[in-house]
Amino acid sequence: MNASATPIPVKIVVAGGFAVGKSTFVGSISDIDPLTTEAAMTKQSEEVDDLGDATGKKSTTVAMDFGRVALSQELVLYLFGTPGQDRFHFMWDELVRGAIGAVVLVDTGRLEHCFPAIDYMERAGVPFVVAVNAFDGVLRHHPEDVREALDISPEIPVLVTDARHRAAVRDTLVGLVRHAMTMAASTA
Amino acid sequence: MTESNDENFRSFRVRPYLLTGGRTRSAVDLPLEALVRTTESGHAALGTQSRERHQIISLCASPQSVAEISAHLKIHLQVARVLVGDLVQEGHVATHVAKHETASARPDLRLLEQVLDGLHSL
Repeated sequence: MNASATPIPVKIVVAGGFAVGKSTFVGSISDIDPLTTEAAMTKQSEEVDDLGDATGKKSTTVAMDFGRVALSQELVLYLFGTPGQDRFHFMWDELVRGAIGAVVLVDTGRLEHCFPAIDYMERAGVPFVVAVNAFDGVLRHHPEDVREALDISPEIPVLVTDARHRAAVRDTLVGLVRHAMTMAASTA
Repeated sequence: MTESNDENFRSFRVRPYLLTGGRTRSAVDLPLEALVRTTESGHAALGTQSRERHQIISLCASPQSVAEISAHLKIHLQVARVLVGDLVQEGHVATHVAKHETASARPDLRLLEQVLDGLHSL
């Protein structure tokens, strides 16, 4: 086997609330039709669960869409869309491990849906940008208004994107990588 | 993103770890994005494998991530991880991950610059 023929994988997490456009965002730039992987987490239930099985364990299953982008012969980027709900945080710990960072997609009509993702990324120290998805090319709120409404620190970029367009998605990823580089440089 | 109601997965929900003899942990640390590639030994051993192991060895003739293996074989991520971990230990596949100094470490500046160049070239 020629080891040099295997590229290095890197990953970016795409987070945000339900139906904010995460799968569309991933699909717009992926070289392959986005795939779905399913993970199951069995947690010991702390209380008696009438509906559970005899072992008292509960199983949560979560599906993630992901895509793949060849950046060069040596580098392949994976984009993982994650469910936004708090109860799926068990997957986030795994997803952000070693990740470049996260794009938190925001729908200005439902700002509050991105709160769990932003809280999580801040706490975990994951480089992230907030990307306001302008559906139909219409931006209903200025990015700085979104920053204020979400109480996001000044150093976190708030970008405008369009999940349906490859160029806009690429620019958003560029924004994230630049931000990650700034963070890496400041902690080096 | 939703909780899956995919019929293809549903059949595995009852006993997802049947394929691994009940094991839920891989002996090898395999991030979702770890790239798996079939080795010479894997190609040579192809004829004697169980269905899923055969599929993994065939699929990874060109490098695939653990997540892709899970998706293509329609098996849970953790199940894919255990099966791939076995194949790694047996030398039938090899894995490739970005080298970070610790498990939680981020890609370094040099790698980020390569990613940026790659994105600009899209």
